[in-house]
Amino acid sequence: MRNNQVLKTYKIGGIHPSEYKLTDKSLVNILPLPEKVTILLSQHIGVPAIPVVSKGDTVKVGQLIAQGRGFVSASIHSSVSGKVVKIDSIPDLTGYKKPAIVIEVEGDEWEEDIIQSTDLKKDISLSKDEILEKIRESGIVGLGGAAFPSHVKLILPHGKNAEALIINGVECEPYLTSDHRLMLEYGEEMMVGIQILMKVLNVRKAMIGIENNKADAVHYLRDISSKFPGIEVYSLKVKYPQGSEKQLIKALTDREVPSRKLPIDVGVVVHNASTAYAIYEAVQKNKPLINRIVTVSGKSLKNPSNFVVRIGTPIQFLIEAAGGLPENTGKVISGGLMMGKALNSLDVPVIKGMSGILVLTEDETKRESIEPCIRCSKCLSVCPMGLEPYLLMPLTLDGNFYRLEKEMVLDCLECGSCSYICPANRPLLDYIKFGKTEVTKLINERKLV
Amino acid sequence: MGIVASIILYLVAQKFKVLENPIIYDVEDALPAANCGGCGYPGCRNFAEACVNSDSLDNLYCPVGGQETMNIVANLLGKEAIQTDPRVAVIRCSGSFENRPRTNHYDGALSCAIASALYVGDTDCPVGCLGMDDCVVVCEFEAIYMNRKTGLPVVIDEKCTACGACVAACPRDIIELRKQNKKDRHIFVSCINPEKGGIAKKYCSVACIGCTKCFKVCEFEAITMGNNLAFIDSDMCTLCRRCVTECPTDAILEINFPPRRTKTDKENTASNKISEKVNTNIKEQD
Repeated sequence: MRNNQVLKTYKIGGIHPSEYKLTDKSLVNILPLPEKVTILLSQHIGVPAIPVVSKGDTVKVGQLIAQGRGFVSASIHSSVSGKVVKIDSIPDLTGYKKPAIVIEVEGDEWEEDIIQSTDLKKDISLSKDEILEKIRESGIVGLGGAAFPSHVKLILPHGKNAEALIINGVECEPYLTSDHRLMLEYGEEMMVGIQILMKVLNVRKAMIGIENNKADAVHYLRDISSKFPGIEVYSLKVKYPQGSEKQLIKALTDREVPSRKLPIDVGVVVHNASTAYAIYEAVQKNKPLINRIVTVSGKSLKNPSNFVVRIGTPIQFLIEAAGGLPENTGKVISGGLMMGKALNSLDVPVIKGMSGILVLTEDETKRESIEPCIRCSKCLSVCPMGLEPYLLMPLTLDGNFYRLEKEMVLDCLECGSCSYICPANRPLLDYIKFGKTEVTKLINERKLV
Repeated sequence: MGIVASIILYLVAQKFKVLENPIIYDVEDALPAANCGGCGYPGCRNFAEACVNSDSLDNLYCPVGGQETMNIVANLLGKEAIQTDPRVAVIRCSGSFENRPRTNHYDGALSCAIASALYVGDTDCPVGCLGMDDCVVVCEFEAIYMNRKTGLPVVIDEKCTACGACVAACPRDIIELRKQNKKDRHIFVSCINPEKGGIAKKYCSVACIGCTKCFKVCEFEAITMGNNLAFIDSDMCTLCRRCVTECPTDAILEINFPPRRTKTDKENTASNKISEKVNTNIKEQD
């Protein structure tokens, strides 16, 4: 019956980039410890955390080293045991210096209350408030890439009720397989994590959305879902950017999140599959967010793999584990191929929201020369938010930010479909992103007046 | 029918006639009509209105027309114009290709504002010039051009009106408006990197390292220290050039000065090289 069912997807726009899922069959390896980790204090959206350790202190794995400040913030824990050697500004992914804690690794000594055994613990003994407090304390953020503090999403605004929980296992970005492997290898743990989320949100129904290029994950999770009442697995048509929150909600529930509104306004809450697993570990095993699965991939790499990596490990270390940096490397990208960010140094550390490291050759990254717009309207037809990228770019160039705001530039989710499809190679997204920051400034100024 | 329409039009015109102070037109005529926005108003017309409607001309100054224009405006209105020194833009970065090694290659959208929002730039210096022409594009007077050999913008002093458009356009706040001296001579610290000396020097060989040598040598108290940087106040500076010789990293630039006769060992310094280049470039432009 399920085979005949029409696959769900969202309606407007979308593209089909080549998948290059090179690592979808390779088991998750645990990476050895590096000599030194650099833990940035601002790995999440919101206020940076404040360090609670000082230079020279000895820390254990899982020890709180920086306290989240305010509501939208996340605490940060040591991912290794050793000595704090430096609390200073270190170049982050952009190259600009941000405060960070550098720890020299000595042994691997964990905090006593963390349960290190891998046995599945199904019973949820904690109450709703205790779970929320645990998630907040453990510094869990959205592991899909945006790194939004998870506890904020779980505390519903007054007068609003969640009807369903959506778990995002779409992973629509090319190359990335970290969520795919997690669902296959830690599927049961993730299911318990989903049950914990359901308990907190007080919902009876959870939907896991997975694109049907991960058929093995869909089958496996469907098999085990009989043990977990209320959780349903949906296979979705492959289309980028289905992993975006609003597109996934549209695909699964046929509800549209209005402009500048949140998913809770249509009665759903969305969490990533890896986040559900991290929440399982935090609540059932007492383990804060200190490691994550990172896909290290690229056609030129000798040994593309999925690694369990401690937060703060230098990227150089990951690339060496995957066979070293090939000579013809053009770019190293943190995140996915479509939305990721090119790095300007390999010394930057792994952060909570980093789902992949991609090594691309010079040929792959070569940019074609920019030609004038030919008004083919391809960007319009692929934009999943129904925007007009061809118009937004010249408006940014002209500095017409008032008009840009009216054209709903802030709805742009920066998926890059427009730049991908443009036959004239126009860097549409580069300009739209800049326009977005300027419009945000404009709105903030207006608030102050 | 035509007559009726004309009468209606005449009556409407009379009814909705906008009475304006005719002196606004006179003031507007006296202004340079560049509509550059350097005065802080959207155009010359708005500036003229502001001049006529305000009580004094204290906060009003047309950088393009300069003191002469302001005197004419003051005469027309019977007000007094404050004395303001003419200013000129200077680029406070000497990170040429030679002085500042490129550590990566940028191939995104060619705009300093976008590149700066994305990342640190193709050198490691987080405050240095990105060299993608934002200031050149925004200049209405063609007073800035990009020197492709050094990768740095160059201001043509004779054309610069100090309207401030480039200052606003630069995402890294490198461009500063300084007092225009005799023969367009300038002395300024050509670096804004606030990091400690050792780190700043790693990015760029001509960075200001905050060693305070120039501060100690200056007899006129024109130099202030702060943020690991020296700053030369253009109002106090007497252009004696003693700080230039003292600077160990050649971060202080002297522009449009005649070449020194003594001290041949200084000939190879970066500052002289750049100032010479600037001079020759200006000559080529002319």
